[in-house]
Formats: sequence, C-alpha cells, structure tokens
Amino acid sequence: MTIKEIAEIIDGKVICCEEKLSTYVEYAFSSDLMSDVLTVEKENLVLITGLANLQTIRTSEMSDITCIIFARDKKIGEEMVSLAKENNMILVESPHSVFHISGELYKAGIKSIY
Amino acid sequence: MQVRHKISGGDFARAGNVASAVKKILRQLNIEHSVSKRIVIALYEGEVNVVAHAYSGVIEVDIDEEKIETKITDKGPGILDIEQAMEEGFSTATPQVREMGFGAGMGLANMKKNSDSMKISSIPGEGTIVELVTYLKPHA
Repeated sequence: MTIKEIAEIIDGKVICCEEKLSTYVEYAFSSDLMSDVLTVEKENLVLITGLANLQTIRTSEMSDITCIIFARDKKIGEEMVSLAKENNMILVESPHSVFHISGELYKAGIKSIY
Repeated sequence: MQVRHKISGGDFARAGNVASAVKKILRQLNIEHSVSKRIVIALYEGEVNVVAHAYSGVIEVDIDEEKIETKITDKGPGILDIEQAMEEGFSTATPQVREMGFGAGMGLANMKKNSDSMKISSIPGEGTIVELVTYLKPHA
C-alpha cells in the first residue's frame, strides 16, 4: 500500500516529503518507546506513535523508517520537520488514536512486525 | 579511519547527532547496510545513555578493513552493578529521559544485540567505558 493511500485511510495530513507519497510500504509498528522501535529489523515501514519530539525522528533515521504517523494531532516542531526532510522521511498527522490508526491499517492489509 | 566526537550530558536536542554522522560516513565507505545499521543502532543507544546519565562523554569510532570498534567513554555517576544494568527492564532513567521515549531498560541489551562483542567497565562516581566491536563480515 502506498503512503498516500495510508494517509487517506487515517484522515492524515501530510507535513513533509509529499513527493514521496507513492512509496510502497508493507509493515507498520506502533510504539511510544524508542528503544523498542530500535529493535525492529524490517525496513520500509510506517511508525505509528504518540511521541512527538526530536528523538522520534532520530530513532526513525537510525531504523530506516519511511514514514511516521503522529496520532491525536501531536504538535510536530520545525526542528522535527527539518530533520525529517534531511532524511527523506514522510511525516503525517492524524486526529485519530494509535489504536484507531493501527486498526484501520491492519484492516487494510498492512502487516504487523512481531 | 578514526572518528572522534564529544557529547554533553543532558543535551537531548543533540542526542543522536554522532550516530547520524557515523551513519553517513559508513554509507560513504560503502559498508554493507545490515552491518552499518547494527553499528549505528548500538551507537545511538550508547549516545542516548551518555546524554541521559553522564555529565560529558567522548565517542571514538575506529574503522578498518575487518571491523569497526566503538569506544564510548563518559564522566558520570558510573554503573554500580553492571550485571543488573544489563538486565532488560532495569533502568535508573529520569522522567525526562522517559519522556524522550527511552529509559525502559533496553539500551544496553540493544547495544549487545547489535555488536559482536561488548565490554563495559565502570568506576562508580567517575564514569563508564563501553567498548563495542562489530565485524564487517560474519565472524566465527
């Protein structure tokens, strides 16, 4: 499924790297714990999180995560956007909860990692 | 090739800058992606540990044709019981560290998992040294 399709399903607003929306992803992982995200070996995946700070972006950079979905309209700071752009990472804001987003994407065929 | 970076304790805005810089260097050197990812993740966890627990630290990365050696030296409270610190789930992290998405007691275990050898030495009240070795090719 493409990130564009994912964003539509979760009423997402794309914050940066719109030019990469046709990127295809197969897996998603939901976590607010960055050490847990760092254990994920799969790449080209979507991270669904409620944690909006610079370390969310840094962790995703180290883990080669393609797209981060911030649940419940968490505020994404300018520094976060610029770091995401530097790493070609798509940031999406969604008004829904982590549970809701995860459920919708699972239903749509996105696979779980563990 | 040697890389050396200083880090400041408590500077969460910059936590990850060294791992990010090393990631770019490894990419330029055409180090195999799966190897470079392990090093970068171990290094990032180590960097976050210094920022979270120590006053200051130095990260040295030594890259040769066979392996990559990383040495993280910090001045800080040190680790009282290394065996206990290695246990998954054990953490002395502050609420501030937890707010950043860390402090669940997974850092050292993640570092061990992502390196071929890990050595920790610490003097309580002075600081900690973590040495990691990762081989570029699978090592017997």
